[in-house]
Amino acid sequence: MTWLLVVLGAMVGAPLRYLTDRAVQSRHDSVFPWGTFTVNVAGCLILGLLTGAVAAGAAGHRLQLLLGTGLCGALTTYSTFSYETLRLTEAGAGRYAAVNVVASVAAGLGAAFAGAALAGALWA
Amino acid sequence: MAPPLPPAQAHRAHPVLRAHASVVAVVAVGGGAGAAARHAASLWWPTPADGFPWTTLWVNITGCAVIGVFMVIITGARAAHPLVRPFFGTGVLGGFTTFSTYAVDGRNLFGGGSGGPALVYLVVTPLAALAAVWAAASAARSVLKRRQS
Repeated sequence: MTWLLVVLGAMVGAPLRYLTDRAVQSRHDSVFPWGTFTVNVAGCLILGLLTGAVAAGAAGHRLQLLLGTGLCGALTTYSTFSYETLRLTEAGAGRYAAVNVVASVAAGLGAAFAGAALAGALWA
Repeated sequence: MAPPLPPAQAHRAHPVLRAHASVVAVVAVGGGAGAAARHAASLWWPTPADGFPWTTLWVNITGCAVIGVFMVIITGARAAHPLVRPFFGTGVLGGFTTFSTYAVDGRNLFGGGSGGPALVYLVVTPLAALAAVWAAASAARSVLKRRQS
């Protein structure tokens, strides 16, 4: 049952990442990987909110597996994030690569804090 | 009154979805498999709720090393099936690695009063991930070059 929840969540999260990335990347022509940045920060916000909800007793273990481990885990990615950063450095866009790493980590962490704070305001 | 849409147009799926239906399907299946592998790793090597997230760190490093090798092979090979990259790269590896758990675990370490380990975790993960993808891609390229010459 726990496996099913994780897989079901991921089977929604992964295509959602793909489609969001396609949609975001088609709307700008900069070399910055805005698509991956968008899904990663959005996933951090949702997981922060969910973790806060679980801590407050408003969400259970099953929802955490479905939406946390499954959906948010597959919506966000570290492999594409680091590969795109490598590509930026190889293309001579070292400054973009550095900005991508610093901005992704800062925005992701900020979104995790914001999600948890929002959960605290809603359910604590 | 607006003229009714021709039936073909009225029932047409969103163009992005329609054009990429098979890609979306393999990304979903790959993502499910990758997330299941990550879940398995978290069950085999469980980390305490307030402990250092070693398992997620190693999952992310491993996924980054594998994508480094995979992308060199897939962009170097002449006859890879067009669904291989979305299935394995976007699906399996994207589902296996996670940015959200990384950030939320970092936040939780701060929240639990472990400021030092939180900073170490938040800084070491991206550095190790980038080192892994760079080293793996470089190694794969040199092997590929040696084979072709």
